[in-house]
Amino acid sequence: MADPMRIRAQVAGGNATVRVLMAHEMETGLRKDAAGKTIPAWHISEVTATHNGKTVMTAEWGTGVAKNPFMQFTIKGAKAGDKVGIMWKDNRGDSRSDEATVS
Amino acid sequence: MQRNALIFTGLLASLVGVTAWAQKSATDGIAEYRAMLADGNPAELFEAKGEDLWKQKRGPNKASLERCDLGKGPGVVKGAFVELPRYFADTKKVQDLEARLLSCMETLQGFNAAEIAKTPFGRGEQASITALATWVAGESRGLKFNLPQDHVAEKTMYEVGKRLFFARGGPHDFACASCHGEEGKRIRLQDLPKLTTNPGAGNGFGAWPAYRVSNGQMWGMQLRLNDCYRQQRFPYPLFASDATVALGVYLGVNGKGGESIAPALKR
Repeated sequence: MADPMRIRAQVAGGNATVRVLMAHEMETGLRKDAAGKTIPAWHISEVTATHNGKTVMTAEWGTGVAKNPFMQFTIKGAKAGDKVGIMWKDNRGDSRSDEATVS
Repeated sequence: MQRNALIFTGLLASLVGVTAWAQKSATDGIAEYRAMLADGNPAELFEAKGEDLWKQKRGPNKASLERCDLGKGPGVVKGAFVELPRYFADTKKVQDLEARLLSCMETLQGFNAAEIAKTPFGRGEQASITALATWVAGESRGLKFNLPQDHVAEKTMYEVGKRLFFARGGPHDFACASCHGEEGKRIRLQDLPKLTTNPGAGNGFGAWPAYRVSNGQMWGMQLRLNDCYRQQRFPYPLFASDATVALGVYLGVNGKGGESIAPALKR
């Protein structure tokens, strides 16, 4: 099972700034191992963000995103106490979802 | 021909311009880059993993590490990092954080310590030790280094560490002190701290474990010191070896009063 994400969501003006750290190898599929064999691509392919259960953002990611990615975005009109959920799915079908409260 | 010469001179001038600019702002540029990344330091992911590993019942004994004595009594984590390496009566050895965690994994959880020590860095239970060390270090964030020097073994290790620090050798005939014995040295764009006194010693010692952006790896002090020896073209002194612990004592004692910022973020 994938390691947990770190999600911080803070009110800034009338909006909430959400910062997410995800634990993922993000293999590009271009690297070779010590034996010279290609390491297969393994990366997050879909990210979904929800605000109180309603989807507010979706993203399609590929091999260009760094290992242990950091993502930041703003949710308009979010207030303290609101729930922010992040879900990712990778190209091996593994997934992880975590939730945080806006503070 | 003359036109060619003119173009060449122009090219040279622009090259000189670029170099001068790079020298002026390289350090500032790196500091800016670090500040930008520090907001989302992936070391936090390893801290979370380490905390989980500390509390989880694992190993052949199905026990957690919550009774592990890091020097301030069983289970006390806060403040332990800034007083390590230190002498432990049960193992009769001076141990640093990672060496101590390995002992606890053996005595409490029943892991084979020799087997884990032989595992390459970043694999299997070595990765667990790094995550645990990251979390333990993070619990002492902002505290000041104050390594004990009361026990005779601790004093001996300081002296051993000092000699190792200045011992020149290997095919390139250099010592730790060759790079870290003077102020204002750098390797490529990296500033090299002077590790014989503060602030260099505190800043250098107090930054590891650190997340390295360039390779996406979490590095503990053991890997940091072993890699210094690799750069000296020495063989690895091995995980939790007396040599690396002695160097840790030397750096840590020199860094007394310095603030711990671990787990930090490195290039």
